[in-house]
Amino acid sequence: MINIGEVLLNLWESSGFAYIFANLTAGGWQNLVMIIISCVLLYLAIVKKFEPLLLLGIAFGCLLTNLPGAGLYNQELWTNFMTEGHEAYHSYGTILKNGGLLDFFYIGVKTSIYPCLIFMGVGAMTDFGPLLSNPKSLLLGAAAQLGVFAAFFGAVVLGFTGPQAASIGIIGGADGPTAIFLTSQLAPELLGAIAVAAYSYMALIPMIQPPIMNALTTPEQRKIKMVQTRNVSKAEKIIFPILVTVFVALLLPDTAPLIGCLMLGNLAKETGITDRLSDTMQNALMNIVTILLSTSVGATMVGSNFLTGETLKIVVLGVVAFGLSTAGGLVGGQVMCKLTRGKVNPLIGSAGVSAVPMAARVANTVGQKNNPSNFLLMHAMGPNVAGVIGSAIAAGFLLSVFG
Amino acid sequence: MTYLAAAAPDLMNISIMNAGIVAVLGYAVVFFGLILLMLVVMAMGKAFTAKDAKAAAPAAPKAAAAPAAPVVEGPAALDPVNAAAPGTAGQLKLYDTPPKTAAMIMAIVANQMGKPLNELRFISIKEVKD
Repeated sequence: MINIGEVLLNLWESSGFAYIFANLTAGGWQNLVMIIISCVLLYLAIVKKFEPLLLLGIAFGCLLTNLPGAGLYNQELWTNFMTEGHEAYHSYGTILKNGGLLDFFYIGVKTSIYPCLIFMGVGAMTDFGPLLSNPKSLLLGAAAQLGVFAAFFGAVVLGFTGPQAASIGIIGGADGPTAIFLTSQLAPELLGAIAVAAYSYMALIPMIQPPIMNALTTPEQRKIKMVQTRNVSKAEKIIFPILVTVFVALLLPDTAPLIGCLMLGNLAKETGITDRLSDTMQNALMNIVTILLSTSVGATMVGSNFLTGETLKIVVLGVVAFGLSTAGGLVGGQVMCKLTRGKVNPLIGSAGVSAVPMAARVANTVGQKNNPSNFLLMHAMGPNVAGVIGSAIAAGFLLSVFG
Repeated sequence: MTYLAAAAPDLMNISIMNAGIVAVLGYAVVFFGLILLMLVVMAMGKAFTAKDAKAAAPAAPKAAAAPAAPVVEGPAALDPVNAAAPGTAGQLKLYDTPPKTAAMIMAIVANQMGKPLNELRFISIKEVKD
């Protein structure tokens, strides 16, 4: 006769509860803390609506990966995958043979497929018209990369390695896919913390940027109305993505995957003859990849990796990077304001951090607070999309140095 | 060769000085790349503007035969509020219509006509009251 007591005991011993309580001091507490953190992130995504499309998946991936015994994501497999000389070094076969569901999802991050596909969707949704009508916006996109390099320097000072510091710095680009693309190649052990910091701060842009904008501009400057720029022809919009791809990929070949996908998406939109492709890139593809990307990034938030002093440093450096990028863009805006004798509202410089279109909206909102008849949105979209190209170039530079 | 390898900086454990150099160099590279791109985009824009002007030139004599548009004289010509901004299709006049509603109406009209908004010119929008 079956021993019911033994069956129940086996059931208990194989459960995640038993693991947590039996190993409470050895690491079980980390799982508990991470489950609480994932619930906080879920709250921020659902109730506070902080970048919910991404944070929901990240938080749930974090929850799944910290359930002991489920084996959905196996950190040690990826550590072996990255250890030179180990038999599983760069062996996707080992991952496919021994991995769990989230390990399979994570292959798309590791191979940089997801960030590139997200960029394709972003390209299909972006109108580069404001940038083409005012090419000087590109300067503001460049100026707003200040935080990337300042945070990189700060991270080195705080004791991070070169590749880790480069991955932390790119948070200042305010561009999630670029941050994931670079981090998955340079410092995969920091991916969870960097992704959460990047997306959380992007959601907090309406709170982070306005005080900096008010501090670095005068009320008179914030009231400046900008003249409408020229109309851009369809031919220009079609040539632009081809031109940028050739130009940027030749300048920094490491950016070719990101810029190539961004511009392919944009070309599909602008030609007007591939509406089906453009529609798929903007909606179905983007949504599917967002689910896979966010869940697998969340899966990297394993307690033993995440609950360290390094995560706290990343959180602090991330906000510094965002703040300095905003300040860099505003200083660039001030210079343009002076050079044009007050024709450029310096507020649009703050939109040079990518975060499309949130940063441009914030510039418009702050401008309207000072002058309700001021519409800066289209003017701010120029630096905003320039920031996407700028952060991709910054990532390409860091990858060529540390990759 | 051995000398070069020995002189190569350790980028994994990068020194603060080297980090500073990389940071400044990186920022400069971003500016360099985007300034070059700006020049290329400006050149492209100029080429297209010149092409459009060339295409418009043969149409000019025909237009000259048509009655000239009324010239705004007096204070309105000097008034920066009423004068059309360069490159715009003029100023839209709103009568009892909030800007948000006007923007919505213009977007609907553009959508219904299947034409981009920047190719249409709206002169005024007026709310008709019963």
